[in-house]
Amino acid sequence: MTTDPAIELEGLEVVYRVRGTDRSVLRGVTLTIGRGESFGLVGESGCGKTTTAFTIMRYLPRNGRVVSGSIRVNGEDLLAMGEGGVRRLRATTLSMVYQNPGSALNPSIRVGPQVAEAFELIGAHKGEARDRALQMLTKVQISDPARVMRRYPHQLSGGMQQRVVIAMALAKDPTLLILDEPTTGLDATVEAEVLDLVLALRQEFGTSVLFISHNLAVIAKMCERVGVLYAGTVVEEGPADQVFRDPRHPYTVGLLRCIPRRGVRKDETPLDTIPGFLPRIGALIPGCVFEPRCGLAQEICRAEEPPLYPLGDGRFSRCHFHEKAHLLPRTAPSELKTARHANGVPILELANAGKTYRQEGQEIQALRDISLEIRSGEVLGLVGESGSGKTTLARVLLGLTAPDAGSEVVLEGNPLAGRVEKRSDDQVSAIQVVFQNPDGALNRRFSVKRIIGRALTKLRGLRGSERDNRTKELAQAVRFDESLLAARPSQLSGGLKQRVAIARAFAGDPRIVLCDEPTSALDVSVQAAILNLLAELQAEEGVTYLFISHDLGVVRYISDRIAVLYLGRVMEVGSSETVFNPPHHPYTEALLSAVPTLGGEEKERIRLEGEIPSAAEPPSGCVFHTRCPRFLGDICVNEEPPLEEVESGHFMRCHIPIDELRRLQSAEHDELAKPVAGA
Amino acid sequence: MTVAQDPAAPIAVPVQPDQARIARHERLRLLGRSPTFLIGCLLAGTWIVCALFGPLIAPHSPEFPDVLNKLVGPSGEHLFGTDRLGRDVLSRVIVGARAVLIVAPLATLLGTVLGTALGLITGFYGGIVDEVIMRIVDAVLAVPLIIIALLAIVALGPSRLTLILVIGFVFSPIIAKTVRAAVLGEAQLEYVQAARLRNERSPYVMFAEILPNVMGPVIVEFTVRLGYAIFAVATLSFLGFGADPSIPDWGQDISQHYQFISGGVWWPVLFPSLAIATLIVGINLIADAIAQTFER
Repeated sequence: MTTDPAIELEGLEVVYRVRGTDRSVLRGVTLTIGRGESFGLVGESGCGKTTTAFTIMRYLPRNGRVVSGSIRVNGEDLLAMGEGGVRRLRATTLSMVYQNPGSALNPSIRVGPQVAEAFELIGAHKGEARDRALQMLTKVQISDPARVMRRYPHQLSGGMQQRVVIAMALAKDPTLLILDEPTTGLDATVEAEVLDLVLALRQEFGTSVLFISHNLAVIAKMCERVGVLYAGTVVEEGPADQVFRDPRHPYTVGLLRCIPRRGVRKDETPLDTIPGFLPRIGALIPGCVFEPRCGLAQEICRAEEPPLYPLGDGRFSRCHFHEKAHLLPRTAPSELKTARHANGVPILELANAGKTYRQEGQEIQALRDISLEIRSGEVLGLVGESGSGKTTLARVLLGLTAPDAGSEVVLEGNPLAGRVEKRSDDQVSAIQVVFQNPDGALNRRFSVKRIIGRALTKLRGLRGSERDNRTKELAQAVRFDESLLAARPSQLSGGLKQRVAIARAFAGDPRIVLCDEPTSALDVSVQAAILNLLAELQAEEGVTYLFISHDLGVVRYISDRIAVLYLGRVMEVGSSETVFNPPHHPYTEALLSAVPTLGGEEKERIRLEGEIPSAAEPPSGCVFHTRCPRFLGDICVNEEPPLEEVESGHFMRCHIPIDELRRLQSAEHDELAKPVAGA
Repeated sequence: MTVAQDPAAPIAVPVQPDQARIARHERLRLLGRSPTFLIGCLLAGTWIVCALFGPLIAPHSPEFPDVLNKLVGPSGEHLFGTDRLGRDVLSRVIVGARAVLIVAPLATLLGTVLGTALGLITGFYGGIVDEVIMRIVDAVLAVPLIIIALLAIVALGPSRLTLILVIGFVFSPIIAKTVRAAVLGEAQLEYVQAARLRNERSPYVMFAEILPNVMGPVIVEFTVRLGYAIFAVATLSFLGFGADPSIPDWGQDISQHYQFISGGVWWPVLFPSLAIATLIVGINLIADAIAQTFER
């Protein structure tokens, strides 16, 4: 690293003009990224991460404007440049990788010409550009790049697409590579691969990286230094390991506490949250931007904007009380409201359940031979990569999708009809759902009162004042302010919307609530509040949850038992502790190993080769054998292992004997058991 | 360490102004400032005033035949000249607005209601229902409007009601296609599944849950079709299938005078034609402006 930085932002202030008034989005962002350095920018949505990236690329939307401050790239003043200079810079010096690779690639141009174009832009001839594109695709570890070059982007999986985008971004050997949530839409296993690739390429190219993510663990893994962005201000900056181990700003402290830590469970302690809301864009803040939500705030915080206090070692904190940031009061209630209702009696049972879709003459087995029980009062976590059949399973239970003939779905001893329309009213209200995306799940033309009230009318037969009273009770139960009942969903924040969706799910006094990724669309602080709410509601109402999530930390926190799905088959079922501790199924092992952790030392990762195979042509024998890190041999290829009880209450679908797995995996156990520091 | 707040209870609830209402206000404000919309309103508004108060505004009686002044060119007395029976063209154009502006909007309304219902049903049910209805729709679209109209008028006899029914019926498939596309997008959303999960009846889901969310395309489609409906009404009355030959009617007036053009008598044809053109242009300008504000 030379002393000359790759990029310097100084006092950057950006406003968006909305309905005739300027509203500040960035309130003085100052940061420096050295040559070859990787800098992480974290913060919740709405803090200005993407605006920062767009400002650097000079891609601000039409109503956006830089009010003051400067951006220097290789010492050149970017903001003073004309359109030509900016274009030259974008062609040679700055690169950006976006969150959604599907829309970053032109769908009508084959991958080869599309990547080659990036080389032609910097002056390569057609043939040469093609050769270099091939080389670059090899570098981003695309297997059989020559074949991939002849394909269209939509024929590639998300992970492959993102590799192609990265290849194009690196074509010009940029000084600065901006990655804006590059793995957020990807599965944990694919994410791990892409992150490893970026790490390797950074070493090879010596590129400076600005890595934007809301995921602290990803930043911890990828970046040397980190800046924490809150309300358009960098509130803390410093070496990543130090910031995460010993945060010196209350916001950083709060963010870290929101994340479910390894080994912490819902019946031990609720999660901390960050109370309150992000200030609105354009709000006037005389003092510290975080003051309204800060448990440490004093008079001075309201009156005086804290300067960037240097803490030594290149660390800075924008907090008057940075020395006592770690003393931030816990927000989680100290007494436990959770109580266990699990009594081991199965409430919902699936036997030989399957679901086959027919598409263009092909049979796609989304679910196959699922035998599973959900016990009264428990939380059954359901994990697996996308395409493993998690959502299909939920839809079958709900009756939104009819299972194949011969499947048995039994609720409290009574068989359930395949379609919800054929179920009795009691059966319909017994199983309800909280969807992932509250924007789609709530009718945007209805008021909250109408949304909850309608469910009460249909599922409980309540009308008039009875219904209104119950609506208010439900709102209270989900900590939703009564004064907002008249609001429409568009007036509410994501967390509040999800509370409405939860209230609706509980309207009919359900026995089972399916939670399909209920917190994936939310920020971590909101996620923590929603998880607390779900745990509390369970304790009060004694409901059973089927909790679907790709976030293993969340699943581990909330679940009593866990089922692991792969290609529509249950690979492993057991209590949360059994599944998360060895011996586990090789697939579970790989899933766990793919998740980046905060503070933990980098352990040897178990790689999963390639992507989840198509359900239209599942591999022979054990469906996991094509990617299995502990592949045995012919038996795995030829014979599908049964789901067997290997220990008491622990079922697994694997040819490897349990004791052998225990021996193989014991080395990693110590790592997994370690608590995470900095929390 | 004491517990500061209940973590689940937001300390300050940010009541954001209703985005939907803001969007609506914003749309109206944009419309009000759009020159396209204002010119459209001016053109269409003029003809609406004529349709409402025609007999009061008209300088002469549209029916009075001034037998001594047949086919007289535009003059101070008769600004648009007189027709073959010596009737004042200006007065006939002014009063004639009513015939078109009763039939066309009602026909469009009928077509929109019918088409929206069809679009909701096909988009919501999908599968075989969708296949069957959409193939019928395609079949109707394949037959030219005029042919269907002629058949219906021959069968039912010419009247305002016939015109409204025929045009409404013929327009509904096109509207159905647009609405169906919008419904397909909505039906994917989880709120529709949530409705199924509380045993809602399909009509409730379609008309109470989905319909309010597809009103944007429906409104745009209505304004666009209105322009076409005016043209259709004028065409049919030109062909002699107007509602009532005794009422002043632009299409009918054109058809009765176009053979005089070769003799240099252009005014009884030009002015009703201009009337049709300005009304359609006006409506289309409004439609464009509305579609643009919905696209934002």
